[in-house]
Amino acid sequence: MGAAPGVTVPAADRATGRLLAGPRPPMARGERVLAAMEHHLRVYRRTWRGSIISRFLSPLFFLAAMGLGLGSLVDSSAGGVGGQPYLQFVVPGIVAYQAALLGFGDATYPVLGYIKWNRMYSATLSTPLGVTEVLLGHLTVLGANLVVATTIFLAIAAVFGSFASWWVLLAVPVGLLTGLAFAVPTFAISASIRTDNVFGILYRFVLTPVLLFSGTFFPLEQLPLWIRPLAWVTPLWHGVVLTRHAAVGQWPGWMGLVHLGVLVAVIALGWVLAHRAFTRRLLS
Amino acid sequence: MTDEVLLRARGLTKTFGDFIAVDGIDVEVRRGEAFGFLGPNGAGKSSTMRMVGCVSPVSGGELSILGLDPATDGPAIRARLGVCPQQDMLDEDLSVEENLWVYGRFFGLSRREVRARADELLEFAQLTERRRDRVEPLSGGMKRRLTIARALINNPEVLLLDEPTTGLDPQARHVLWDRLYRLKRQGVTLIITTHYMDEAEQLCDRLVVMDHGRIVAEGSPRELIDAYSTREVVELRFEVDDRDHPVDAVRSVADRVEQLPDRLLVYTADGDETLARLHESGVRPLSALVRRSTLEDVFLHLTGRSLID
Repeated sequence: MGAAPGVTVPAADRATGRLLAGPRPPMARGERVLAAMEHHLRVYRRTWRGSIISRFLSPLFFLAAMGLGLGSLVDSSAGGVGGQPYLQFVVPGIVAYQAALLGFGDATYPVLGYIKWNRMYSATLSTPLGVTEVLLGHLTVLGANLVVATTIFLAIAAVFGSFASWWVLLAVPVGLLTGLAFAVPTFAISASIRTDNVFGILYRFVLTPVLLFSGTFFPLEQLPLWIRPLAWVTPLWHGVVLTRHAAVGQWPGWMGLVHLGVLVAVIALGWVLAHRAFTRRLLS
Repeated sequence: MTDEVLLRARGLTKTFGDFIAVDGIDVEVRRGEAFGFLGPNGAGKSSTMRMVGCVSPVSGGELSILGLDPATDGPAIRARLGVCPQQDMLDEDLSVEENLWVYGRFFGLSRREVRARADELLEFAQLTERRRDRVEPLSGGMKRRLTIARALINNPEVLLLDEPTTGLDPQARHVLWDRLYRLKRQGVTLIITTHYMDEAEQLCDRLVVMDHGRIVAEGSPRELIDAYSTREVVELRFEVDDRDHPVDAVRSVADRVEQLPDRLLVYTADGDETLARLHESGVRPLSALVRRSTLEDVFLHLTGRSLID
């Protein structure tokens, strides 16, 4: 071999032309998902510092404005919401909402970026990994991020006396489900669009009304009857109701199962759509 | 090179709705070969590469890679391929070495293996000094070398290179060609698409010329030039105004003349002799250049068009 000095050339087996070093064992599904997760964890490790500040600040802003500002007004003029201090009423709603917002946000630009800008998903699909592993790997890390963010929010809000019960810890899995109920369908949208203008439209015309009409800031019963079905079909309302029950340690009864069922159903439907959209976009 | 066929396509077709991107091509690539798909943009090269890379389902015909069927054995085939796509597709938020580590893990390599392999490949790609830098600010040539290094992380048996040097400056191209040539010398099977005839001549043992989704010629660069062009070419430039005038006069002297917007190409076995005869017959070009035939001339002859518009 006439390789120039100082130049490393990967060694190959002359007979097969296969570069040496190691057999590649066939990979189990779990191993492939872990490999995909590892990628996103590395990205997260490089970017978490930027997001951690907003993780702490956004609950503080919400608590100050809604809980203390608006809360003192509501409590002094109306005696709270159904006898409950407004702070304790509104904070669980905001916990669920921030999970929804985070789930949506993490499924927009980052996903479109991997599809369209740096095209890392395409590079990933050139390996033994398939669409299922790519989706599971990304969503698992996104879910872990939801758990961390919800836990931080709960911890800060607890300091302000927002919760009446330790059952509020159940708000963490509820926040995870609520966040995923927004993230997974948004994966499908991100894989179906050509430009990121769509995200602005979604934020303004879907996320914002959902926030306002999901019983986050006031009980749904305050709204006229005809508008309430709007809340029933949004996953956020179901997440808000469950979180609110957890915060006071009240068993939601069989309706609790309906709320959980809706969240799981939205995630499942989103999964089917996302899988199809990814396959169409990346493996055509 | 051995006789073992790594890639076999029969009547391979790719359609997108009504559009036929690849129109029934037959291809065989043997182990150890450097095989090229040469053709202009839109000829169907990238669609072919995506089918071979098992990331695009076959619309018709047969395709077997490493003796396996991409429709059923995609992951097993991809485990043994290295893919260097046309765009780099690197994670620009990560560092140079992290891009290699992450990718190696996709192939099920252990962390230890991945790190050892990455060290070796960083050396190969001349990126050792930049290993901890983020990818985003690297030059185009460095990103390309990193993409090729990444494609080698799993010790592939076949390396697929889609337009490997498009968009690079001449110096970066030569560095890359040198690396690819070394791999070829090591016996790695290379499958390359390109619309640069010099790249095809440098790297490919054998190639097919594609146009409109079909294969229009096949052979080694030398064979193709012998079959579809003459030994030498005389390039004549005239005053722009009377560009059209001397064509007939030139034709009377030469076997074949191609008229390009800015010059005439005269195909002949002996350029100097032809030039002398043109002078005798009163043709007075602004400039005249005698050169060897290239694959560009082959393509021009086969399709009547240039490779790069």
